Amino acid sequence: MKRRDFLKSVSGLAAAGALTPAPAIWSSAKAQARSETLLIVSESGPNNLDIHGVGTNVPGYEVSWNCYDRLISHEMKSGPGGVPYYDRDKFKPELAEDMNVGDMSVTFKLKKHAKFHDGAPVTAKDVKWSLDRAVSVGGFPTFQMGAGSLTKTEQFVVVDDSTVRIDFAKKDRLTIPDLAVIVPCIINSELVKKNATEKDPWGLEYTKQQTAGSGAYKVVKWTAGTEVVMERNDAWAGGPLPKVKRVIWRMVPQAGNRRALLERGDADISYDLPNKDFVELKDSGKLNIVSVPYSNGVQYIGMNVKIAPFDNVKVREAVACAIPYQKIMDAVLFGLAKPMFGAAADKATEVAWPQPTKYVTDIAKAKALLAEAGYPNGFETTLSFDLGFAGVNEPLCILVQESLAQIGIKTTINKIPGANWRTELNKKVLPLYTNVFSGWLDYPEYFFIWCYDGKNSIFNTMSYQSKPMDEFIHGAVDAAAIGNTAKYDADVKGFVDLAFKDIPRIPLYQPYVNVAMQKNVSGYQYWFHRRLDYRTLVKA
Amino acid sequence: MLTMIGKRLMFAIPSLIGVVIVTFLLTRALPGDPAAYFAGPAASKEAIEQIRKKLGFDKPLIEQFLRYANDLAHGDFGTSLTTGQPVATEIRNRLPASAELTLLGLIVSITIAIPLGVLAATRPGSWIDHLCRVTTTAGVSLPVFFTGLVLVYVFYFRLGWSPAPLGRLDVFYSAPPTVTGLYLIDALIAREFETFRSALSQLILPAATLAIFSLAPIARMTRASMLAVLASDFVRTARASGLSPSTVIVTYAFRNAMLPVITTLSMVFSFLLGANVLVEKVFAWPGIGSYAVEALISSDFAPVQGFVLTMAVMYVLLNLVIDILYGVIDPRVRLEG
Repeated sequence: MKRRDFLKSVSGLAAAGALTPAPAIWSSAKAQARSETLLIVSESGPNNLDIHGVGTNVPGYEVSWNCYDRLISHEMKSGPGGVPYYDRDKFKPELAEDMNVGDMSVTFKLKKHAKFHDGAPVTAKDVKWSLDRAVSVGGFPTFQMGAGSLTKTEQFVVVDDSTVRIDFAKKDRLTIPDLAVIVPCIINSELVKKNATEKDPWGLEYTKQQTAGSGAYKVVKWTAGTEVVMERNDAWAGGPLPKVKRVIWRMVPQAGNRRALLERGDADISYDLPNKDFVELKDSGKLNIVSVPYSNGVQYIGMNVKIAPFDNVKVREAVACAIPYQKIMDAVLFGLAKPMFGAAADKATEVAWPQPTKYVTDIAKAKALLAEAGYPNGFETTLSFDLGFAGVNEPLCILVQESLAQIGIKTTINKIPGANWRTELNKKVLPLYTNVFSGWLDYPEYFFIWCYDGKNSIFNTMSYQSKPMDEFIHGAVDAAAIGNTAKYDADVKGFVDLAFKDIPRIPLYQPYVNVAMQKNVSGYQYWFHRRLDYRTLVKA
Repeated sequence: MLTMIGKRLMFAIPSLIGVVIVTFLLTRALPGDPAAYFAGPAASKEAIEQIRKKLGFDKPLIEQFLRYANDLAHGDFGTSLTTGQPVATEIRNRLPASAELTLLGLIVSITIAIPLGVLAATRPGSWIDHLCRVTTTAGVSLPVFFTGLVLVYVFYFRLGWSPAPLGRLDVFYSAPPTVTGLYLIDALIAREFETFRSALSQLILPAATLAIFSLAPIARMTRASMLAVLASDFVRTARASGLSPSTVIVTYAFRNAMLPVITTLSMVFSFLLGANVLVEKVFAWPGIGSYAVEALISSDFAPVQGFVLTMAVMYVLLNLVIDILYGVIDPRVRLEG
């Protein structure tokens, strides 16, 4: 008798005992409920059901994505490993049935039969009110709208009951894609206005607790920090009716328990497990594991170029040559990431981002570079990381510390609590650190505006400022707006080359989104926001 | 009696005021900027400033405090940023979850620890004394999250006897109508026996984890205090008068040994209530411990303040109950302020 069979028979015996509920199926109704319900487990849950809210966290985006519609969304294409992957360049209507792009405006015709969860029809007035709200409430939503040059309420014009025109502030390639991100969701304006107060004219308090959209799902119960229960909206007009009737999303803080729930077959999907668990689950073959690289995301080692000795490009190069790249891939990530280093020396730069650098671990070269820079005996500095992602950051930093010690750079590791990380980054005083950045809009120039531009945004954590770099970036932005491909390609190659030559930040790898699900669950799609889209999931 | 209770409550007021001030200052002294945290990963400096203004953190400290004190006086504990809910509601919903778990854990622990301690004291050096020593040492030296994980691994993952560690109820049950907030009692009131069964089976592993941990102080204290009492003159006299051993131990010795045990119990109870954070984490239990820690990690001031204040009130009440119990157990204890 095998051990597993023995255990099974033991648990079988125990099932006769008094208090052995195990997968308790008490009635056929409950069994049916289970087969029509998708049970998702994750570490943390939403703090707000509305992405326009103050400080809505990332799990909150998932609720918004599934419970609200946008005017347009993206088509799917086949991505890495055959996983359906959103197509950056192809849009499909969601609430709109037709999109008509003019020279300085875009006009949407709304689907006539689209209705909100309470049965009210979706009108052009709702669209305007929702977009007005997104550009007015401040904080993240307004900021994200601004990324697509959508900043003023005057830009949104009601033409008639089912037609909306959006005027462009300027020619910007990112305006249309920015209408397909999570933020410009369409809200039931009459319902929310009824529940708004003088102090809260946009009704943020109301939509925080309940969904007021037209999306494929609606929240029927939300216990903050414990669970979110969503039910399918059978009257959904945004696309084909989803297969899953009910989604129960439970917060299970312990990673080991999430894995146990998956392996026992009690939970259907989990997506934030440590890399090691994912590799082991993949090898065991009991579950479906999907790994897809983050679009437009890179984990990197940053160096503050305003602080000596990192103001010296030779020092930065020396560090780039001393990073234990392959060790990080193997020992920290267990291979679940896409390397962003070690491209062949004769490989031409591509018009793409992210792409690998040509750096490899070469201690001798690093030593020589450091000596050339005037630090033959190295120096001392601190290496900081965000404790909120300690699972990856801590071993990564220890490997880097070890490796830098070989060329004489003595580092003290500085662990910064998650709540404090962004504050510290904002101060721009950390000399050496690791961090990750990923943009929703998957365009090289979008990434570079945030991370390398001289206007020194908070993601330009290196305080890197360079005139030629700014010229390349803005050249690419302007070329994209008027469709000048030749100039665009040249500028993108220009800024990528310069970023690798000046090397203020050393790309390490493109992280993977790892999703583990039961064999009978299918239909996973990768989206730019990296959260789950329940609408295409199927439970057999 | 009533005047005594009233007096004791009066004395609690200054300490509560102190707690309010200290927690307010401590949360403000924490490193970390809630505005930056809640502005999200893609926020600009302006966005962070906007959030700061919305949250009222741009005002001077004294003004923030006055506003906080005023809200508190109106029963408003503020709103948590991490869960988005009013703190008072959250604590009201989560306290019963923690209380139910802690009480059950404590009851299990008492039913094992007190007999064990008494037996160990009456037969020092015997196998039961050694058993008591080994159990308590093991229980106190195993960290709760470890015990919890081992129990989950063995009873859920390997054997499948226990339900999934998914909080207070199986996913497909709904909570019984709230009367006390304790699911076991509410389910019985509503006569929903399936729910009762589900709630109980969810409770067994976490309660066992807590019980294993809290066995040690109770058993050791019972043993020590019994030993002291058994060696005292009145027990010798009772024995010499020919009373049966059971009468001597239960009626004379045990009752007198109870006082330190009760004190330990109150300590253990309040300690467990606040410190079962790890158990709550392991079993996805929606209690107040995990709530407070989550809030602390994200510099979410309001829940931390609310939590500390609630705990302070609970301590005051608990101490009062213990003092009254003293009087019941031992009439020699006079209660005067």
